[in-house]
Amino acid sequence: MSPLLPQTVLDRLHAALPQARVELVNNPSPSGQHALLVHREDAVQVAEFLKNDPELLLDYASDVSGVDYPEYLEAVYHLFSIAKKHGPIVLKTRTGDRGADASVPSLTRVWKSADFQEREAFDLFGIRFEGHPDLRRLLMWEEFEDFPLRKDYVAPNDCEYEPTPHGDIVQKAAAASASPVPQA
Amino acid sequence: MSASSSNFFSGTADAGALEVSLGPHHPSTHGVFRMNVRMEGETVVKLQPVFGYLHRNHEKIAEKNSWLAAMPYTDRLDYICSGTNNWAYAVAVEKLAGIEVPERAEYLRVIVGEMTRLQNHTAFLGFILGDMGAWGSALMYAFREREKILDLFEELTGARMMLNYARFGGVRCDTPAGWLDKARAYLATYPAFLDEMEQFLTGNEILLSRLQGVGVLSAQRAINGGLSGPVLRASGVDYDIRKVDGYSIYPRLKFRVPRGEVGDCFDRFMLRLLEARESLKILQQALDQIPEGPVVNPAVKQRGFKPPAGEAYGRIEGPKGELGFHLVSNGTEKPYRYHVRPPSLINLTLLEEMCLGTKIADVMVILGSIDIVLGEVDR
Amino acid sequence: MNNLWAEPGNSRLVASAKSIQTDWLMTDDALKQELKQRGIIVASFEDILDWGYNWGRKNSLWPLQFGLACCAIEMIAAAAARFDIARFGAEVFRPSPRQADLMIIAGTVTKKMAPLVVRLYNQMPEPKYVLAMGACAISGGPFKEGYNVLKGIDRYIPVDVYVPGCPPRPEALLEGLITLQKKIAGQRLFGKDLPRHANPEAPAEYPVPAYGPHDLVPPSNPGVFCPPTPSRAE
Repeated sequence: MSPLLPQTVLDRLHAALPQARVELVNNPSPSGQHALLVHREDAVQVAEFLKNDPELLLDYASDVSGVDYPEYLEAVYHLFSIAKKHGPIVLKTRTGDRGADASVPSLTRVWKSADFQEREAFDLFGIRFEGHPDLRRLLMWEEFEDFPLRKDYVAPNDCEYEPTPHGDIVQKAAAASASPVPQA
Repeated sequence: MSASSSNFFSGTADAGALEVSLGPHHPSTHGVFRMNVRMEGETVVKLQPVFGYLHRNHEKIAEKNSWLAAMPYTDRLDYICSGTNNWAYAVAVEKLAGIEVPERAEYLRVIVGEMTRLQNHTAFLGFILGDMGAWGSALMYAFREREKILDLFEELTGARMMLNYARFGGVRCDTPAGWLDKARAYLATYPAFLDEMEQFLTGNEILLSRLQGVGVLSAQRAINGGLSGPVLRASGVDYDIRKVDGYSIYPRLKFRVPRGEVGDCFDRFMLRLLEARESLKILQQALDQIPEGPVVNPAVKQRGFKPPAGEAYGRIEGPKGELGFHLVSNGTEKPYRYHVRPPSLINLTLLEEMCLGTKIADVMVILGSIDIVLGEVDR
Repeated sequence: MNNLWAEPGNSRLVASAKSIQTDWLMTDDALKQELKQRGIIVASFEDILDWGYNWGRKNSLWPLQFGLACCAIEMIAAAAARFDIARFGAEVFRPSPRQADLMIIAGTVTKKMAPLVVRLYNQMPEPKYVLAMGACAISGGPFKEGYNVLKGIDRYIPVDVYVPGCPPRPEALLEGLITLQKKIAGQRLFGKDLPRHANPEAPAEYPVPAYGPHDLVPPSNPGVFCPPTPSRAE
């Protein structure tokens, strides 16, 4: 597998689409999978370019996931190329906020594989993917109103019977959930 | 069912269209999968999968608990192949934290992983025959063989199905005395089973007419739909993560990657038989070459494991396809984000496309040929 | 009444219908014992009816072919060649609830699935039994923390046998089946302490919960689910 660096991709992107707002997000982990953060208004254009550019040919959007940050929600795409056998290139888009403006453009029209995964992110995070052909809840039922994978989601308290005393465990869990957010 | 107003889809149906809900309780949906199907006569004109009947909140639970605590939950993702699920999660965490894995552990992972693939494909043979109406007999043969592999797993890890075997930077325990010889002895008998199954099945006229030309998928569509694993390769795409990523010790092992030509159900069926034979080759080499040494990196603190902040995507070639984990760490004892890339779910993306225009009875065969497990589809 | 045919060579059977005044014989345990030692077994007509009816039912339980999750694979393994549930007469897995006697809840019941499980249960004809297989079906098991996981199917329908394990081995399922057979063998058609299916007071159907905006509505059926109150040592 020939390594494809995000910087190379970024350079090609800037050369071909100078007006597109794309920046490199450093990943401090030893994985070294630095991400390309695309402004949501340019996301479809950038995605089309990444898929069709003869040097990149990122034709395989393997994984789509949502991440909940305190200020915004993020949709993360892991792109590979089956033709060139390289990847992953991490593509990120961010919503404006976590409420009324929680939308990013859907990339399902570029990569069909994003279809169910974007629906899943919509279901569990409440990220609205504008332009998705069939944006409905994927896993929970239609009448469900919450977004359970958000950090502030409170699950219904239906564990009536708990025979073991576990107050200290609950306290520990509460302390740990107040832990810091990763620097993005 | 309805003739004029649509029960399941928005809008109204044509007069004469019939709508049925297949599942979630259906003998051939491999669990609690549901499809809303609209038919004209017996021909499928629309199909919508409905998910979530086994949505067990794996990701939320993993984010509430420690890094290691997610390991036994990965067993229950694709509950037929727990060995590879553990491995994929360990690979992702090792990428995230930059952990080295000792040589012997890599070999043990490959051995368990390929045995998992063998028993998955064995069970697949039984299930797809069930989907074609041969309920019982083929499954009995397949499960008889699968039990023998489960016995080896049990001796190695203590559990038949939920192995919980991988650890960050290695595996949980070394082999018991004589286990490798037992494994070798068992694997020597396995080709006879495959030969027997091929003799019974591959030339069978009913099987050929049920599988050939059904659910054809082109390579280009398969790539765009994100399909992976045997389903992708059956459409003629040469993409095996064991070769492409070259993770673990796979670059050292000699094996071929089978590919289909037509991309129909028969190709997917045959591909698994061929893959099982390649797995046997891998296993024989791994069992012969396995070195002595530690089975887990002693520098890694499993309990209270704290990877550095950052994120990583790690993937392996599971028996069902590309099984990946997207992990985001904030440097604490708990994952900030834990996401599974489930091959079973994404392989269903093009289910409607494959089923349109076929008869309703073929829908089950096409679904069977994709080989899904609901624990992974819904998580 | 399993010892009905205990001594086939020399035992004689005294069957008595209600119309004959034999109450003194039926209630005198010392006399029964003495007669038994002489090879005479005393049984009422109801006893024989119970015994025959239960013997037939317990040895041909037809389970619903209904797998939910991981445990379903072990259920299939129990039905397959090595463990062979046919030895206990329960190999006829019926795809339709209308033909099944036994519902093996094999796996995690999610909140999305729970209404369907209850509906399937309601569709089964009496007498019917429920075997909760695995930790998830019993209590939510390892997934108890989940927002979409029902913390035990006994919140909505009565469960007869619980088989713990994650997943239980096929042997454990067989043990559960034998336990259920014993339970069936002890059930009476007449008199007091009738089982649910013979009791006209017992509900014939259980209400199906609805999907709510945050949870199932209601979260449990109070007529079925009576959890013990926790008592904690100080």
